[in-house]
Amino acid sequence: MSSPEPGPYRLLGGRIPYVEGPLKVTGRAEYTDDIQRPGMLVGRLLRSPWPHARLVSVDVRAARALPGVLAVLTGDRYPTPFGVLPITHDETAIAVGKARYIGDIVAAVAATDELTAEKALSLVRFKVEPLPEYSDPRSGLSKVAEPIHARGLLGSNIQKEVVQHFGDVDAAFARAAVTVRVRGRFAGVTHAFTEPMATVAEATPDGRLTVWSATQVPHYLHRTLSEVLEIPMHRIRVIKPEVGGGFGGKSDPLPHEIVCAALALETGRPVKILFDREDVFYTNHGRHPTQNDVRIAADADGTFLGYDIEALIDGGAWSSFGTVTTYYNGVLAMGPYRVPNFRYKGQRVYTTKPPSGAMRAHGGTNLRYSIELALDALAEKLGVDPFDLRERNALPPNSTTINQFRITSTSFVKCLTAVRERSGWDAKFRRLPYGRGVGLGCGFYISGSNSPIHFTPKMPQSTVHLKVDMDGGIAVHSMQADIGQGSNTLLAAIVAEVLGVDLERVHVQRVDSDVSPVDLGSYSSRVTFMMGNAAREAAESLRDRLVAAAARTLGEPAGSLEVGHERIAVRGRPDRFVTFLDALHAAMETSGALTASGSYRSPTLGGTFKGARAGTAPAYSFAAYVAEVDVDVETGAYRIPRLWAAFDCGRALNRLAVEGQIEGSIHMGLGQVMGESMNYRSSRLLNPSLLEYKIPMPQQMPKVEILLVGDDDPEGPFGAKEAGEGPLIATLPAVGNALYDAVGVRFHELPITPDRVLRGLDLRAAEHRPWKGA
Amino acid sequence: MSSRDLLSFRLNGHPVDVPCPSPRVLLDLLREDLRLTGTKRGCDLGTCGCCTVLVDGRPTLSCLTLARLVDGRSVETIEGVSPPRGLNPVQAAFVAHGATQCGFCTPGFVVTATALLRSNPRPSRAEIERAISGNLCRCTGYLKIIEAIESAARTEG
Repeated sequence: MSSPEPGPYRLLGGRIPYVEGPLKVTGRAEYTDDIQRPGMLVGRLLRSPWPHARLVSVDVRAARALPGVLAVLTGDRYPTPFGVLPITHDETAIAVGKARYIGDIVAAVAATDELTAEKALSLVRFKVEPLPEYSDPRSGLSKVAEPIHARGLLGSNIQKEVVQHFGDVDAAFARAAVTVRVRGRFAGVTHAFTEPMATVAEATPDGRLTVWSATQVPHYLHRTLSEVLEIPMHRIRVIKPEVGGGFGGKSDPLPHEIVCAALALETGRPVKILFDREDVFYTNHGRHPTQNDVRIAADADGTFLGYDIEALIDGGAWSSFGTVTTYYNGVLAMGPYRVPNFRYKGQRVYTTKPPSGAMRAHGGTNLRYSIELALDALAEKLGVDPFDLRERNALPPNSTTINQFRITSTSFVKCLTAVRERSGWDAKFRRLPYGRGVGLGCGFYISGSNSPIHFTPKMPQSTVHLKVDMDGGIAVHSMQADIGQGSNTLLAAIVAEVLGVDLERVHVQRVDSDVSPVDLGSYSSRVTFMMGNAAREAAESLRDRLVAAAARTLGEPAGSLEVGHERIAVRGRPDRFVTFLDALHAAMETSGALTASGSYRSPTLGGTFKGARAGTAPAYSFAAYVAEVDVDVETGAYRIPRLWAAFDCGRALNRLAVEGQIEGSIHMGLGQVMGESMNYRSSRLLNPSLLEYKIPMPQQMPKVEILLVGDDDPEGPFGAKEAGEGPLIATLPAVGNALYDAVGVRFHELPITPDRVLRGLDLRAAEHRPWKGA
Repeated sequence: MSSRDLLSFRLNGHPVDVPCPSPRVLLDLLREDLRLTGTKRGCDLGTCGCCTVLVDGRPTLSCLTLARLVDGRSVETIEGVSPPRGLNPVQAAFVAHGATQCGFCTPGFVVTATALLRSNPRPSRAEIERAISGNLCRCTGYLKIIEAIESAARTEG
């Protein structure tokens, strides 16, 4: 671990244990499934066994007649379409007219117990007409017999097509000294959080509906419930209990959340829907199965001349975040290097498979793998070191990309320098014996999507409220969603830092739409940056009133006072002070309990062309990782003994949490590169369990050295940028490039399983390409 | 309910008699019937380790254990592993080292680690990795969990 330099702050920049840690280690933290309501019913979902079928008719009479069944719902009851993006509402709570994948919800019941609910589902009778199955996105690129959705482009299954061209790519390639190409193929992967989705809903006689749900984005759920159930938002209360991981998988408003609320409305009783693991896998919204084609041109000294990128993205049955995915698979090529000419064509195609959506480092991961492998090949062709090639092309601070991304802070070159030195790169690259190697992978990511995903863009993206009464406890309200990343802790720490009080004084309240001001929630790595700025503003407003009260008490000008150690003191005269509580009570004499509000609005960014806002962010994180691999060339098995991770998240405000995000990202990235894969036979998911979808074990984790080298970001709270998603991206190409250094094969297809390693070695042998003495 | 359906065992140190129909699994008995919700349900298939409890001191997947099988035995859950006030050394180390993120797997890890340190107060890193290899964590990459267990072993020893 790089030793932290002493920073200017009392708490921030240190290692701050998570505030809810004691509740979690004792099993006392309350998750949705832990909620018990009187008379609560069990809600269960019937999932389509058909990949694509017209629902001709349904008979629910036998199910309704079963004793213990209180409601049976089919799609016609709440048919209003919804979706996380307002421009692509193509989902319904329960399938209407058609089932679109194996796992699509076609009916739901509420019953007194689970067995009765299951029995009732078995009594629902459908008459269906089978429709063509489209499991391969290539089959949906032109007009098809039965489009999965009516909104498919020109009768095809294309959900979104993006074509962008900046500069002149053909001319750039024509004058290039060197070109490289990687055609990447990526299996779909999924979040595999440990807590299955769960929702509890209760409609009460006062005309209100309360929904507790394991969600990353309580606000979008709130909006969606209102739209589909046709109940004004102010009569719906959304509560987010602890959430057992999300990684993007709990960021869409999900059908079961609406169904649960609908069942509660129908029955007048509380209803819980708890997913089993199969439900979780069929709900998916994981990283898209993708094929991409990345071509890069450079001149003789290694300066990049242009990128030409294509992507074919398998969307599954719904849009979800897909329009954003389609843009991101191109535009997230715009860093960390200068790209003077750029062309991209991306297509996301509906298939009759579980929907893909947003997963940690959404849209940037597969693209980055192919780019970084191409750059490794480019360095080899040019005979330059991969570090030197990247440094030569690094985006400078305070620059603008060709597609008008605004780059403010970047410590990317510092990342390169630090990781090169700490990994011992120059002594290892191309010098380790056959079977062992090192590889460099880099990346960058948005520190919060600049545009909110709703049609009221003038409102702040984050608001934080503070309330402090005579007890001196500071209650913090915000709809930011802690899903394990530590945002509650950061929120508390920022407030304590600004007010100069102990952390234990600050109580972050559970997300509850009745009292929490809107924050857009945990996606796009936005929380630290946006909530952090809102929290700072709120706390500073409160601090100013306390300081004014202290100034009156002390008879000193407010400008001469400073806060800290639970006191407000005259600067340079620590004996002249009032305590925090005395200042508070003095301030309360006029107003009673103090309240304060702070908010964050993103700046106006991006060009004016179609799609210009995609990928704009108020700041970007940067990464440079080196992985070391050790390949058993007899079996194709390999391990990653060491990984060095240099990351620029601006100022790391909670080192414990930043390290945790980086280590967890590495784990997830290694999973995708080494073995995770959602396997299909046609449209049927073959491995919907954690036994067959294997995430890495403790023994597979490398020794990780984290290098936090970021300089303060000018707009980030206390100089901070994101660390939640960006740290994943560089992991994959670092391993891919290390494998090339080890055995001389570039693996273009993920996951790189041992059998693929062996096949690669066989191919290399057949081509008579010896490598490092092999 | 016949007397055959009455289950007698020690739960977190105290004798209990609970009605239990034959097919009930221990996880359902704990969470649903006894409302001990610290034990988590992650998969119901024995794949994630979130439901780990101690049966006669050994880490056991409560989702795969028929409740009847604990008749006459001793069951310890996260609630029993936790002291009435404060935290046990494993728990304190998990908090200090940031070994919890989302926290859903945490009770299973704490129970497993507590059992490990009782039987092996000075485990090697490899022994720790082996002991926790039945518990999945998707947030931490396991590194801070292992650090926490190593630290707790040093504190206790």
